[in-house]
Amino acid sequence: MKRKESKHPVQGKLVIVEGVDGSGKSTQIRLLEKWLRYIGIPVFFTEWNSSEQVKEIISRGKKKNLLTPTTFSLLHATDFAARYERNIFPLLRAGYIVLADRYVYTAFARDVVRGCSPEWVRHVYGFAVKPDIAFYFRVPVETSFDRIVKNRPKLKFYEAGMDLNLSNDPYESYRIFQGRIVEQYESMVEPERFTVIDGTTDIEEQQKKVREKIMEILPRQQLARIRAGKRIDGDMP
Amino acid sequence: MTQKQIRIAPRPLRYYGKGIPYVQDTEVKGRLIVIEGPDASGRSTQIGLITSQLEADGHAVLNTGLKRSELASEGIMEAKREHMLGRRTMSLFYAADFADQLENKIIPALRAGYIVLADRYIYTLMARAAVRKESRRWLHQIFGFAIVPDLVFYLDVDPNELVHRVFQKNTFLDYYESGADLGLSEDMYESFIIYQRLIAREFQRMQRRYNLLIINGNRPVQEINSDLQVKIQHYLSSIQGE
Repeated sequence: MKRKESKHPVQGKLVIVEGVDGSGKSTQIRLLEKWLRYIGIPVFFTEWNSSEQVKEIISRGKKKNLLTPTTFSLLHATDFAARYERNIFPLLRAGYIVLADRYVYTAFARDVVRGCSPEWVRHVYGFAVKPDIAFYFRVPVETSFDRIVKNRPKLKFYEAGMDLNLSNDPYESYRIFQGRIVEQYESMVEPERFTVIDGTTDIEEQQKKVREKIMEILPRQQLARIRAGKRIDGDMP
Repeated sequence: MTQKQIRIAPRPLRYYGKGIPYVQDTEVKGRLIVIEGPDASGRSTQIGLITSQLEADGHAVLNTGLKRSELASEGIMEAKREHMLGRRTMSLFYAADFADQLENKIIPALRAGYIVLADRYIYTLMARAAVRKESRRWLHQIFGFAIVPDLVFYLDVDPNELVHRVFQKNTFLDYYESGADLGLSEDMYESFIIYQRLIAREFQRMQRRYNLLIINGNRPVQEINSDLQVKIQHYLSSIQGE
């Protein structure tokens, strides 16, 4: 991945969350977004697999179960690139705090588990800048499994990793698949400098840690405001 | 005339880069022949002629091309029309579409012993992107999953000749084939000529790295065809097995 300084000056900050489904990362990044908005910091939120133009093609491919690991990987990269070129990079240049629910590490983990070459996947996303903070929400597979399965009567084909032929039972397949993804994430913690958050603790406690970490990258001026309990635009809550 | 009996020896798939780990240890009997060249360079005419010859010689032949995949084609056309995706996004989109072709058509056909004639391959995708200032290194890396063809021909046609052939086929110059999105010239005719020169230069650049056989495409159809047929026959007789 690129370092930010390389070609264009980037003033904004990129904060991303990673973790398996049910790790609580989305709850946390949403809370973070609300807080930043509340104190008046320009924020942009983006999530994995959400580009309008690309979404339709991916879902068509998924419906037909005709995606191979390589096409699956490249279509998600297309989605990422669409969001990156249109939103993430220009907004970083404009000085926003960009919050991403999943970033390239999701691809590094999933696509490698599906059988793509780790080096190749990293090349594909070679244009993406490194985040300023990458939070990784660590939870035991059983915990995330319970959280997801409780809320879902049926698992989708690719979601459950059924294309990997791990098990004929979607739930069993899902459990094995998630376990392998966790292994990939864990192997990235050190080299990618993830900030690990214990996803089994209380939501409030996790959010406190997240905010403390964010304070480290906010400009001094904004920090002073926060410390004084004021909103940055001057309005009192 | 005696019937030529050509038996092709199996060989492992070779990739340009990191390849596809889950189809790594595959031996194939089929062969992959690629015809590259701009629109109206005579690619499909040549492919038709080569196909007939190979079939007459008893080979099973499969024709494939870019933008024929079930997966992304519609999306590509739509996105192009709307001009709404950036160049990197388009490159990845085309790569996904190509991967679909490769894994679902080309590789299975090669396994089954077919001679696959591809109407364009990764080189067109790379040339178009490189002309649009995409990193060549990155393009080479993302197409690392592509298998190395056995023969790649590039039909090189002078842009001034090409433009006349286009007008024989259509009454207008295609927006993208003229590089109109690049803002090269207000004049479509001039834009077409400049753009096609840039593309041709990219192919020349790629010649050594990818072993492209550059064929003078300014000649009459039959002349080009006998040139291609000789090279293909020569190749096929060089790889005969037991």
